[in-house]
Amino acid sequence: MSTTANKMKRTGAALVAAALWLCFAGLPQASAQQTVTVQISIQNHRFQPSVIAAPANQPIALRVKNLDPTAMEFESVSLRVEKVVPGNGEATINIRPLAPGSYKFFDDFHQDTGNGVLVVK
Amino acid sequence: MLAALVIVFREVIEAGLIVGIVMAATKAVTHRGQWITGGIIAGFIGACLVALFVGAITAAFAGMGQELFNATVLGIAVVMLTWHNVWMARHGREIATEMLTLGKAVVAGSRTLLALAVVVGIAILREGSEVVLFLYGIMTSEGGWSLSILLGGLLGLALGALVSVLTYLGLLRIPGRYLFAVTSLMIALLAAGMAAQAVGFLEQANMVTALGTVLWNSSGILSDSSLLGKVLRTLIGYNDQPTGMEAAVYLATLAVTYILMKIAAPVPIPAHLRR
Repeated sequence: MSTTANKMKRTGAALVAAALWLCFAGLPQASAQQTVTVQISIQNHRFQPSVIAAPANQPIALRVKNLDPTAMEFESVSLRVEKVVPGNGEATINIRPLAPGSYKFFDDFHQDTGNGVLVVK
Repeated sequence: MLAALVIVFREVIEAGLIVGIVMAATKAVTHRGQWITGGIIAGFIGACLVALFVGAITAAFAGMGQELFNATVLGIAVVMLTWHNVWMARHGREIATEMLTLGKAVVAGSRTLLALAVVVGIAILREGSEVVLFLYGIMTSEGGWSLSILLGGLLGLALGALVSVLTYLGLLRIPGRYLFAVTSLMIALLAAGMAAQAVGFLEQANMVTALGTVLWNSSGILSDSSLLGKVLRTLIGYNDQPTGMEAAVYLATLAVTYILMKIAAPVPIPAHLRR
C-alpha cells in the first residue's frame, strides 16, 4: 500500500511539474508588437458601432462595454473568442494579429439583434 | 422557446457526453451513481455561484479573470482524468474481478469516483454558468419567467441528459473485456482536449505566446462551433484552428498519460506462481 501511495505522490508531482512547465514555457517571449485598443459598446442588445476597424498584423485589445443590465456573451467563430461581459460591466478581449478581412462577431445570448463585424485593413 | 432550447442544449451537450463516458468508465465501481449525482449537483451550485460573481471574476487579474478561471478548472479536470486513468491501470482489474474484499473496494473506488465527480462538476459548472446567465437575462428583460422559455430550457436540458444516456448505453454495447481499454482511451483524449483548451485560454489571456502560430484552418470543412464539431471537440479535442502550443500540449498530455499508465500497470504474476 505504501509503495502505491509513494507512486501516486510521484505521479502527482510529475503532473504538477508538467503543468507548470506548460504554463510558463511561453512567458519570456512577450509580444513585441504594439497592441491596438478598439472600443465597442452594447445597448439594447445591439453593438455600437456595429462595424469596427483595426489594422492588420497587430495584436488587438477589444474593450467591450455592456450598457445593458444583463450579461451578454461576446462570441466570434472566426476570431476564436468567447467571453461573458457582465451586465453594466466591461471586458477586454485579446485578439492575435490578424490578416486583412472581415471578421463577424455576435452576442451569443441575443443572436437576433447583437451582430457586428471587425474589418481588418 | 426554440432559442432557449438551442442555447441550453448546445451548452449542456459537452457535460452530457462527459457524464456518459464517466458512467461507462466506472461501471465496475460500486456507489458510482451517488458520486456522479453529487458531482452534478455541486456543478450546478457552482454554475449559479459563477454566474452570480461573473463581474468579479471578469475584473480579476487585470481583466483576464475569466480566462484564468477557465484554464484553472480545465487544468484540474485534466489532472483528475489522468489520475483516474493511472489509478484504473493499477486497480481496474482487481475491481472488475472482485479480487479486493468488498469494503476495501469501496474505499479504493471512492478515491477515483471523487476525481471523476470533480470532472463532472467542472463540466457542468463551466457550461452551466452560461445557461444561468442567459436564462436570467431573459427573465429580467421579459419581466419574469415565461412558460415557453422555461419549457425550452427544460427541453434543452432533457436533450443533454439524453446525450448522456445514449453515450452510456452505446459504450456498454462494447464487450466487457474491451470496455476498460476503450473508456481509458476516451478519457485520455478527453483530458488531452481539455489541456489544449486550457492553454487556449492562457493564450487568450496573453500569458502563453510561444508557438502561437495557427497550424491549420479546417473551419471550412468542419467548424468546431457546429454541432458535430462541438461533439468532436469534447470527445477528441478537435480544434479547427489550433496553435502550435495547443497541439504540443495535446500530444504531451497523451504521452504523459501513456507513460504514467505503463508505470502504474501491475507487474504480471509469473505463470508458476499463479493459482
